This record gives sequence, C-alpha cells and structure tokens, in this order.
Amino acid sequence: MALLRYESQVRPALVEGGKDYHQVTEDICRPVEANPSKLWWTGFLISVGLLIFGIISVAMEVTYGVGQWNLNKTIGWGWDITNFVWWVGIGHAGTLISAILLLFRQGWRTGVNRAAEAMTIFAVMCAGQFPIWHMGRVWDAFFVLPYPNTRGPLWVNFNSPLLWDVFAISTYFTVSLLFWYSGLLPDLATLRDRARKKWRKMFYGVAAFGWTGSTKHWQRHEALSLVLAGLSTPLVLSVHTIVSFDFATSVVPGWHTTIFPPYFVAGAIFSGFAMVQTLLVVTRKVLGLEEYITIEHINVMNKVIVLTGSIVGIAYLTELFMAWYSAVPYENFAFFENRLNLNSPYGWSYWIMMGCNVLSPQIFWFKKMRTNLVVTFFMSILVNIGMWFERFVIIVTSVYRDYLPSAWSTYYTPTIWEVGFYMGTFGLFFTCYFLFSKFFPVIALAEIKHILKRSGENYKEKMDEIEKESMIEFAEHHGHDHGA
Amino acid sequence: MAVKKFITGNFYDEAVLFPAVKKVRRAGYKIHDVFTPFPIHGLDTAMGLRDTSLHTAGFIYGITGTATAVGFITWALTIDWQLNFGGKPFFSLPAWIPITFELTVLFAAVGMVLTFCYLCQLAPFVKKDHFNLRSTDDTFVMALECTDTTNEGEAIGFLQSLGAVEVGVQYKETGWWLGRYDRDRKRFEKKIEPAH
Repeated sequence: MALLRYESQVRPALVEGGKDYHQVTEDICRPVEANPSKLWWTGFLISVGLLIFGIISVAMEVTYGVGQWNLNKTIGWGWDITNFVWWVGIGHAGTLISAILLLFRQGWRTGVNRAAEAMTIFAVMCAGQFPIWHMGRVWDAFFVLPYPNTRGPLWVNFNSPLLWDVFAISTYFTVSLLFWYSGLLPDLATLRDRARKKWRKMFYGVAAFGWTGSTKHWQRHEALSLVLAGLSTPLVLSVHTIVSFDFATSVVPGWHTTIFPPYFVAGAIFSGFAMVQTLLVVTRKVLGLEEYITIEHINVMNKVIVLTGSIVGIAYLTELFMAWYSAVPYENFAFFENRLNLNSPYGWSYWIMMGCNVLSPQIFWFKKMRTNLVVTFFMSILVNIGMWFERFVIIVTSVYRDYLPSAWSTYYTPTIWEVGFYMGTFGLFFTCYFLFSKFFPVIALAEIKHILKRSGENYKEKMDEIEKESMIEFAEHHGHDHGA
Repeated sequence: MAVKKFITGNFYDEAVLFPAVKKVRRAGYKIHDVFTPFPIHGLDTAMGLRDTSLHTAGFIYGITGTATAVGFITWALTIDWQLNFGGKPFFSLPAWIPITFELTVLFAAVGMVLTFCYLCQLAPFVKKDHFNLRSTDDTFVMALECTDTTNEGEAIGFLQSLGAVEVGVQYKETGWWLGRYDRDRKRFEKKIEPAH
C-alpha cells in the first residue's frame, strides 16, 4: 500500500492550523450538517432560475426545430459546439487533479480533488447536452449507439470522429463518476456515523453502501483508486484529442491541423484550472475551509495556469506560422484575414482570445499575483472567457467564409434561445455544484487525514521505522515481551 | 454468517497501533479486523493480509474490452455490412483505435468497481454491524475474534497493556444484511454465547 505515499521535501504544510483527525472531520462535515445559509439559497435559486431558462430554450428548439438557432448554410456549428468543447475542456482539470497528480504523487491535490472531480462530472453533463439537442430530432438520439436495429442492421460509422466522440464522452463521464463516487464512499460513511437526524442516517446509510473501514477494504480501495487513476490519465488525454479530431480530420482551413490534439488538451487543462479557481476561491471562503484549501493551493494552481496558458500561446503562434509556411492561400486567408485582421468581421474575437489566454495569465509569473485571491478570481473568469472565444474563433471564423464566396454567410449572432441554452447549462452546473457542496463533503476527508500527520516531522521519522520493519525483524526486537 | 463474540480495543495513534497489531499476532490471537477512518499504509502487511488481486482483475476486464471492440467492429464493418467509406479498406484498424481504447478503459473501470463492491460487499441498502461509530472519524478499532480457548480477561488485559483504550467484549454480526441505518432492526436479535 506504500505506492501512493510520497511527501514533498520543499512544500509547506498542506493543512494549516495543527489539526487532529477529529477536528478535520468536524471542519469538513460542518457545512454539510449545518442548515444552508442565505447565501447558499440565493446562489441556488439563481442557478435554478438559469436552469429553467435553459429548459425553456431547449423546449423551444425541440418544438420548432434547430431553426430557432441562427445557424445557417456555412455555419452549421455555432454556439452549441463552441459551448460543448468549452464545457468538456473545463471537465479536464478535475481528472488532471484527481488522476494525473495522484500518479505524480502531488500531495496538495488532496485539498482540492473532490470538488474538482465533482466539477468534472457536472461539466461533462453540461457538455453532453449540446450535441444531443443539436441533433434536432432528439428522440432519435439513440441512433448513435451500435445496437441491432431493423434497418439492416445498419451499424454506426466506426470510422467517424463524431462517433469516437460518443464513446469518448460517455466513457469519460462513466469513469469520472465511478472514480468520484468510489472515493466518496468512506466520507459518506463518516457522515452516516455522525448523523443524528433520521433522514440523514437513511440517506448517508444508503449512499455509503455499508462501508466499514476494514483494513482489507482499504487495501482494495487503494488498489482501485490507483488503477482508476492510471486509466483516467490516458483517458482524459484521449477525450480532448478525440474532440479535436472532430475538427482536425476535416478539410477545412483553420481546422485541418495536426497540432490540434496537444493544443486542445493544454487548453482544456488551462480552462479547467481556471474554473477550479473560480469555484474554490468562493467555496473556501463561504464554507470556511481556508485551512484546507490554502493560499499555497491557489498558488500552485496559478502556476499550472501560467504554464498551460503559455503552451496554448505557443500553439496559436505555431498555427500562424504553419499557415504562412504552407503557402496555401485558403489557410492564409483563414488565419491572416478571418482571424488576425482586426477589421475583419470576427477579428475582434481573435484578439479577445489572445488577450485573455496568452497575455493576461503572464501576470502569474509574479508570486504576489499568484497568491492574491482577488486577482486569482478575476483572472479565472478572464481565462474562461478567453477559452470560450478560442473555441468560437476555431469554429465560427473557419466556417463563415468557406471556399465558395457566394456562400459566405451573413454575420452570425446567436438567438435568445442559443444564449438561453448556454445559460441553462450554467444553471445545471451550479445547481449541481450547490447541491454537492450542501450534501457531500467538498474535501476528501479520508485523504486529508491520510496526509495530515505526514507533514509533521517527528511523526514521520517514527512511522517510517515502524512501517519498514518486517514481521521477522519485529519478532527479533520484541521477542520476549508478549503478554499472552 | 453468524453473530460472534469479539474483544475490541480502540487506538488513537498509528504509532501505538502498529506495534500492537504485531504483538497481538505474535501472541497468537486472531485479529478479525482493524477498522480505520483512512488507509494506513503497511497495516495490511502488518496484519498478514495478502495483497489484493484487483489489479489483475482490472487487466482482464481491460483486455476483454479491447477484444470486444476490435472483434465487434471488425465483424460489423467487414462481414455483416460492408460500407465503402471513400474507397478505404473495410478493415481500417487505425480508425478504430479511439473506440477500442475507450472500451478498454470503460470495461476495466466498470469491471473493477463492480468487483470491488462485490469483494467488499458494498451496495446501496447493505447494512453491517459496527464495533465503534468513531472508526470512521478518528479511532482505530481492533477486533479480536474469540475462539473456544480464548481467555477473555487475559485478552482484555493484553490489549490494554498494548495501549488500547475502552477495551471490551462485543457480540457482532459479521456478515451483511439488507437494511437501513435509521432503523435498528437486526437480522439476528439473539445473542449466541460461544460454547466453552
């Protein structure tokens, strides 16, 4: 079981305030067990309001058809697919934190992984809405599944990136959910055993699956977490790679680029970390968890943001270089006229993207900025705006002027129902997040307890010796003092 | 499963628990289990538990997923209904890699979680007896199973000498049953005294 254990020699204490195990339980269970505050109700009701707006928008689209959106002859993908890619990207940070950082033995992830994983699941739920409702005849959505049908059976096209997406997103959602919930089981058991009220005993009793904390179960649980992390790591890279294939495998200038997979993955982690920051800066304050989600956590995540932001910046420049170097007039037109030229109809969106994604995160080279909560919060919003525009730029500026100038479309602006659908996914996301933060521990209790004493020097040395000692060595040392 | 008699002791520090586990085993007592609020590395080894084979199961599930994907797509696109996509060969393996990979991961993950739940007997509405509710909070609870030859008083004294507190005798059901945690009804109401 020593596989998951590693302590950094240079990092400061991960949990502040010299807590013991019981205090950790108290601190993290308090927000779950207390009555929701007015702030919670306000936020929750606003989210539900947005969700209702979204439901109405979708109902309009289903009733009257996709014509309710301003998509047209060349712009077949507009806000919907932009939002789809944006939400999927946001999900990626959760898996990065929970899986990749577990494999890299980054102890600091324990403070933030549970909330980040929850964010992943909710973001993927939101993302999935867009391609599904974009189908128009949504009652035929099951056609994307390879089931024996009466049309031959005619199978789905396994060579198509759009079908790869179906498999990628549904696998990603399932695996993230399993990873998240299997990690939650011990913490739900803690809540169950602390419960006083009848409904709590029942709810957490059912939710915790009868977890007892047996050593054998913990041993299997550790093995499960490690393998799920090992599976999720290539999975998360594959998901956004496949999303980028939706574009990269087509012959559309601006999409037909081999750099897309790594560029999309970096961008996904970038925007995902920004969303984690948005959520956690608020969550730690509102739930009083500053000693668990410390400034150090914020600092480290801002470092990831400046790194991935710069990778994305390099990718933008590489794209421009390749467009020029290819000497293909269509590529040149897509990049230098449709995007880079500020006077072209959508030039402004390219420069918003550049400003938010490449230039603004550079302030995180300064520690003072990385550890400033207001700057962090503001930047996290800015990065997410920038990343939304990245997808908008990729999609809309590539298709609004295609090979045939007579088909060049009029200026594309979304209708109220397109905007409403997008707002609705915010509603869905935050409704889920508010419910999660009310009914589940937002910090992985067992994992925090597990790293708690590791940072204490005196304890560590003592335990190292005891753990390394084999049964035979132990018998030699203590051979004569058995009491039975 | 049946109700059995146990001697339980609580520990508040891993540094006390580890030597205690080893001494208890050396003294010949049968440790039923140690319940902890978080995973304690090395405790399984100290208790003499064998390593879990869950990894191997995961590997087998993963391979099953790979075989399912490759086998099914091959059959569907080369035998059952040949579709000509731009003159490409019917057996176009490179294009199937994404789905093959996704199904490998999906089968491995779902299979492992189900196996984990089966092995640990975890499911919604499953109820189990607890020795101490604080074992999911901050206490490490060691339970020794009493056999016909166990001297109760001696065992209690021994546990106390190892640093355990609140040592006592408990009768507990070792299996699981369907039930809810807000109801006290148990599968077996009657306490069974082990024969001496």
